Amino acid sequence: MTINTKTRLTLCTATLALLGTSVAAQELNLYTSREPGLVEPLLEAFTKETGVKVNTVFLKDGLAERVASEGEASPADLLMAVDAGNLADLVDKGLTQPVESEVLTAAVPENLRDPGKQWFALSMRARVVYAAKDLELDSITYEQLADPAWKGKLCIRSGQHPYNTGLFSAFLSHHGAEQTETWLEGVKANLARKAGGGDRDGAKDILGGICDIAVANSYYVGLMRSGKGGDEQRAWGDAIKVILPTFEDGGTHVNISGAAVAKYAPNKEEAVKLLEFLVSDEAQKIYGEANFEYPVKPGVALDPIVASFGELKVDPTPLTEIVANRAEASALVDKVGFDN
Amino acid sequence: MTETAEAAATAPPPRRRIAIRGAGWILASALIAALIMVPVAALIWQAAQGSDGLWRHLAAYVLPHALGQTAMLMAGVGLMVTVLGTGAAWLVTAYDFPGRRVLEWALLLPLAVPTYIVAYAYLDLLHPLGPVQSLIRDLLGYTSPREFRLPDIRSMPGAILLLGLVLYPYVYLPTRAMFMTQAASLVEVSRTLGTRPHQIFWRVALPLARPAIAVGVSLALMETLNDIGASEFLGVRSLTISIYTTWVTRSDLPGAAQISLALVLLVVALVSLERWARRRQHYSAGARRARQFRPQRLHGVKAAAALMAGLVPVTFGFLAPALFLAVEAWKRFQFAGLSDRLLVEARNTFLLSAGATVAVLICGLIVAYATRLLPHRGMLALQRIASLGYAMPGTVLGLGVLIAVANLDRLIDRSAQDWFGVSTGLLLIGSGTALGYAYLARFLAISIGSVEAGLSRIPRSYDNAARTLGHGAGATLRRIHLPLSRPTIAAAGLLVFVDCMKELSATLMLRPLNFETLATHLYGEAARGTYEEAALAALAIVIVGVLPVILLARVRQGDNGN
Repeated sequence: MTINTKTRLTLCTATLALLGTSVAAQELNLYTSREPGLVEPLLEAFTKETGVKVNTVFLKDGLAERVASEGEASPADLLMAVDAGNLADLVDKGLTQPVESEVLTAAVPENLRDPGKQWFALSMRARVVYAAKDLELDSITYEQLADPAWKGKLCIRSGQHPYNTGLFSAFLSHHGAEQTETWLEGVKANLARKAGGGDRDGAKDILGGICDIAVANSYYVGLMRSGKGGDEQRAWGDAIKVILPTFEDGGTHVNISGAAVAKYAPNKEEAVKLLEFLVSDEAQKIYGEANFEYPVKPGVALDPIVASFGELKVDPTPLTEIVANRAEASALVDKVGFDN
Repeated sequence: MTETAEAAATAPPPRRRIAIRGAGWILASALIAALIMVPVAALIWQAAQGSDGLWRHLAAYVLPHALGQTAMLMAGVGLMVTVLGTGAAWLVTAYDFPGRRVLEWALLLPLAVPTYIVAYAYLDLLHPLGPVQSLIRDLLGYTSPREFRLPDIRSMPGAILLLGLVLYPYVYLPTRAMFMTQAASLVEVSRTLGTRPHQIFWRVALPLARPAIAVGVSLALMETLNDIGASEFLGVRSLTISIYTTWVTRSDLPGAAQISLALVLLVVALVSLERWARRRQHYSAGARRARQFRPQRLHGVKAAAALMAGLVPVTFGFLAPALFLAVEAWKRFQFAGLSDRLLVEARNTFLLSAGATVAVLICGLIVAYATRLLPHRGMLALQRIASLGYAMPGTVLGLGVLIAVANLDRLIDRSAQDWFGVSTGLLLIGSGTALGYAYLARFLAISIGSVEAGLSRIPRSYDNAARTLGHGAGATLRRIHLPLSRPTIAAAGLLVFVDCMKELSATLMLRPLNFETLATHLYGEAARGTYEEAALAALAIVIVGVLPVILLARVRQGDNGN
């Protein structure tokens, strides 16, 4: 009644595909908050190898809510998300099921999967510092980002973005609430412009003369420098150098992308198959080549651009702790008016 | 004002007979209002789950700033759309100059540009690395942006400017319709009585157009409240962003629902206040056929100045961003070719929006007409309820629809399994019905508001005459109201269609598997930072949106010719 016949007809295909899933075994349904442009090469390779067709819907923030509302009638088989916090959310809401798979436990290091085997990391990204190419700076700690020497020279996206709340959570683990608040105030005081935009804007704004250093994720550099985004972005990528910052008493903050099998997955077998495929050497290489992320599987070669950043020393703070600190970190961001 | 406008208005017809005759209409309106209430109720239910200490935190650290920013943004955008929209409408209605006929419809073009796209385009255009500043540097002899650059657009004034530039058509459209059909004879009378031109605008036209301006401004402001993309790009921390943060970063859905309900209350209060302020004014045209507005012919410098003034909003609200997108899309096209997905997505977008528009128009017509049949307090309340969805950001409303529809879907599935032993899967979500429902809930306010404004211009004496001649409520609507308010209904259809097409948040959340629209594609690329690929989709959105705008212009010019 809210849609006319014509539209209904167009949507019919989608419906049939959906209704068909419970019958046809060689399909599976993927709910992903990772962007289609990234996931597609992986899925194509999977379908080519196994013959299993993957139906996808790219959801952003409503992933957990959608699966939860759909309940036992949900067609979702595999849930793919960025950020350990989002994966943990899925588990907390009771939307996932544990997976017993030797392939997975062998490929994914213990600190990169849920202790209850509910989710598994598939790739890693580091929160790094971009610096103007001619800047005399070879190393920096996260703590030094609050150093007044950087006043008016730092660019960063919204403090409430999950990439930043993840980093701030890790800071909380290292230094406690009081010091984190002081540090956030210091970082805020150093901002060259309002916190906002995306990570790539950091590089763009460095080239544009707005700032000298920017906090951003590692893979954007690969996307820019490889020329995949066109010549203009290559110029942004070439205008910066990447520094892997560390905590004074730790390493570089990384976050993950990962996946979990849905609790009511109608095609659980296929879902596990896809999950296992995603940690295969082939897929792990695609993660590196298509999106310049760090593979989770030990021994898989890095993309040359990523390798050029230097050796990644991952901060030992457990992901579970970072997840647990998230709400507090977000509250601190509000408290110091980081984004105002 | 009242005495001039009420040339032929008569007292409303006896209430009792109408109530019985219009019972079907009122019942249908009640059903529609109930339908809109469902997702709101789902949110209220969510909000009632409680969120510990959230409000203490908000009151201490978030609200002071967010409220201030929201108020400033709304005041700024409100002022800007009023000035631009009303000014442009008066310019092309009251004056004739070369290029006027093109301007008439070209002034609508910014409607096709979503707020998140205009922000993205200008951010690039005005960036130190962009064409504008590069040119300035070249002219001044600087080599690097480190030596010279302009202030950053990422600021509150920047946000107000950009939003105002694409949202003013919400005011222009209804205000111009009002000027054209209503003001003509009154303006002529004023001219005869020797009122000077600028006084005609301030003393006759402007007061007459006030309901239309009010509707337009409130639509533009609710679009402003709905915006997340542009605010995110431009670094404005509005209340909408707080809702979003509470939900996404802190995983506190009840808290987010509470803030958004508070926001809805605020909007309802503002709209009621405006209505209350003009409670004593009645608007109704004379019984004679509305006269064509005879514009004043301008010559020479004045004509050129008028054309220039009209071109300003078109240039900055549409031409500049569209040209930018075209150039970017062309670069991308040469680099990577055209993805055939784009065509499928354009078709999906078009059909989905068209289908939803039809539903929204029909429901809007029912509610607006029922209110005319029974201008009773209860009916007005129903109408307000049916308009609630527009006051909610798309993300929030989408969540409400999701919760409500998914539960219904599960019920259907369970029943089918119990009775027939087959699983239906998720019928409503899987077929896209849920998405259509979300569009209906979100945009019904536009069609109710516009249709109501259109109907209000038809004298009640027409209704009475038709009824005396033995026509029922339905026949009167079909034979009197529909033909007379065709331009307003077409205008409402245009607004709704373009809005559906631009809608992102609810679409992202509720669409079926393997179903992409232009907006979701655009978002997928932009979220990954592959802006060039996004430029193609953005250009496609603008093109698909321009088509109905031109179509509408033709419809209206046809009307004028008759």
